Amino acid sequence: MPTQPRTIDRLRLTDFRSYAHADITAGAGAVVLTGDNGAGKTNLLEAISLLAPGRGLRRAGLPEMARIGGSGGFAVAATLGCGADAPVEIGTGTQAEAPGRRLVRVNGAGAAANALSEWLSVLWLTPAMDRLFLESAGGRRRFLDRLTLALVSQHAGHTQRYDAAMQSRNKLLGGERAPDADWLASLEKQMAEHGAAVDAARRMAIEALGQEIAASDTGPFPKGALLLEGEAWEAEALEEALAASRRADTAAGRTTIGPHRSDLAVTHLAKDQPAARASTGEQKALLLGLVLAHARVVAARTGRRPVLLLDEVAAHLDETRRAALFAMLEADAMQVWMTGTDVSLFRAIGADATYIDVSNGRLSRL
Amino acid sequence: MSSPEIDALTQALSRLPGLGPRSARRAVLHLLKRREIALKPLISALQAVEQNLATCAICGNVDTVNPCGVCTDPRRDAKLLCVVEEVADLWAMDRARLFPGRFHVLGGRLSALEGVGPDDLSIAQLMARVTAGGIDEVVLAMNATMEGATTMHYLAERLAGSGVSVTQLAHGVPVGGELDYLDEGTIAQALRARRPVA
Repeated sequence: MPTQPRTIDRLRLTDFRSYAHADITAGAGAVVLTGDNGAGKTNLLEAISLLAPGRGLRRAGLPEMARIGGSGGFAVAATLGCGADAPVEIGTGTQAEAPGRRLVRVNGAGAAANALSEWLSVLWLTPAMDRLFLESAGGRRRFLDRLTLALVSQHAGHTQRYDAAMQSRNKLLGGERAPDADWLASLEKQMAEHGAAVDAARRMAIEALGQEIAASDTGPFPKGALLLEGEAWEAEALEEALAASRRADTAAGRTTIGPHRSDLAVTHLAKDQPAARASTGEQKALLLGLVLAHARVVAARTGRRPVLLLDEVAAHLDETRRAALFAMLEADAMQVWMTGTDVSLFRAIGADATYIDVSNGRLSRL
Repeated sequence: MSSPEIDALTQALSRLPGLGPRSARRAVLHLLKRREIALKPLISALQAVEQNLATCAICGNVDTVNPCGVCTDPRRDAKLLCVVEEVADLWAMDRARLFPGRFHVLGGRLSALEGVGPDDLSIAQLMARVTAGGIDEVVLAMNATMEGATTMHYLAERLAGSGVSVTQLAHGVPVGGELDYLDEGTIAQALRARRPVA
């Protein structure tokens, strides 16, 4: 299936984080943001990440995104290039009266945040994800769920309902009175229905990613093998297992079985060792390989090429890998926004790149 | 600008759901200009409702008579009972007059997080109505939320073995809806509930 490009042709910010106003015009290729630490580069990436459903790449609350000393609300607007088709104006933000309520506009008309996914997928890699393989399973599950959500739009709804039913069940089990068995069973039925859907979507995403990684030439980037650790849950089996674990869950004060306990295991294929054992640089390269494979799967499944945000990625790669990364990005023809402290890191990049210097909330083209 | 009495009226109206200060001012001005044809009938209507307001002892509906007009309507089929969460749901179901039976208002939904349990809802009354006999079918018309679905499964479990047939509302494509505009969850539900063309 031929895929259509999606490019942020123009990005305008109002009262967003450190920016009172900002206006960036970008080309179809890479956009390189350079500047010192704390200059506001990641804020720009975060603004772009809000042009897709979800909480953005910092997972921050909306009120903290409004500029201190600003109007109290903020706005992020973009002209979205769609290849040969007419560009689309998308925007999101909040108003001072309701700083926690996200507003979305598509071509001037109000829309739901989820409607953004029909236009644009935004995928990212940030320094906060560097320790993904070393930290708790929760971070890896969130990472996997984000990968899954880009492929299965219902995934968010099933996850929310599963979590809500689980919270209610935990509350009932932890109550002072003996919980009502029928009420517990009704909640477990909900958990089973949505939990099985969550598990199936995750496995589908992992399989699609695995196939893409196996089939593609990843150059100097190590190939990773993905596995969902934890039981494969069918609705009926999950319902029975939950009913059987009431006593244990009451004692533990939480739900001890179910898809919320699964973990994403990544193996360095060539070395046949868990990602957590690989060196820091290898882990970063593995993660980058995953994100790139995911981007290609998203492009193939949705027909739209995602926009990539790579925060401080170039600095951690050796020169061979850096050159290979730039070549792969160019071959995939996806727009990528990259940050770094030193413009010399990006010398190997294609001629159509846009270079922007960021200092103290001010932007200038290089 | 206006007298304290008029201000108090505007304030009271602006608190009503669906209104706000601007709409309230407009409504008040409308009433003041039409004292005989709008204000006085409104006052007597409010008074009549206030004096006779009652919660139906049978179904939990709000009416000015007890038992309520729905429960005492002889044209309704006593064999059919529709269970809803709130009075607003009863009124929504009854607006179209499509349901020929009677209703039962639970007074909410099971919510562990908000501390609403089976004893806080009129579930005992529902069970008593069903046990008393004369009902063939109970339609569970809960909202399609997680808590609504939990309440529905709970009631279905409690009603199992009572000898009545227990049904639920269908979920799927709304009448006049275009598939193109539906979210995938709804389309999936509609596909699961597909049926032979009549």
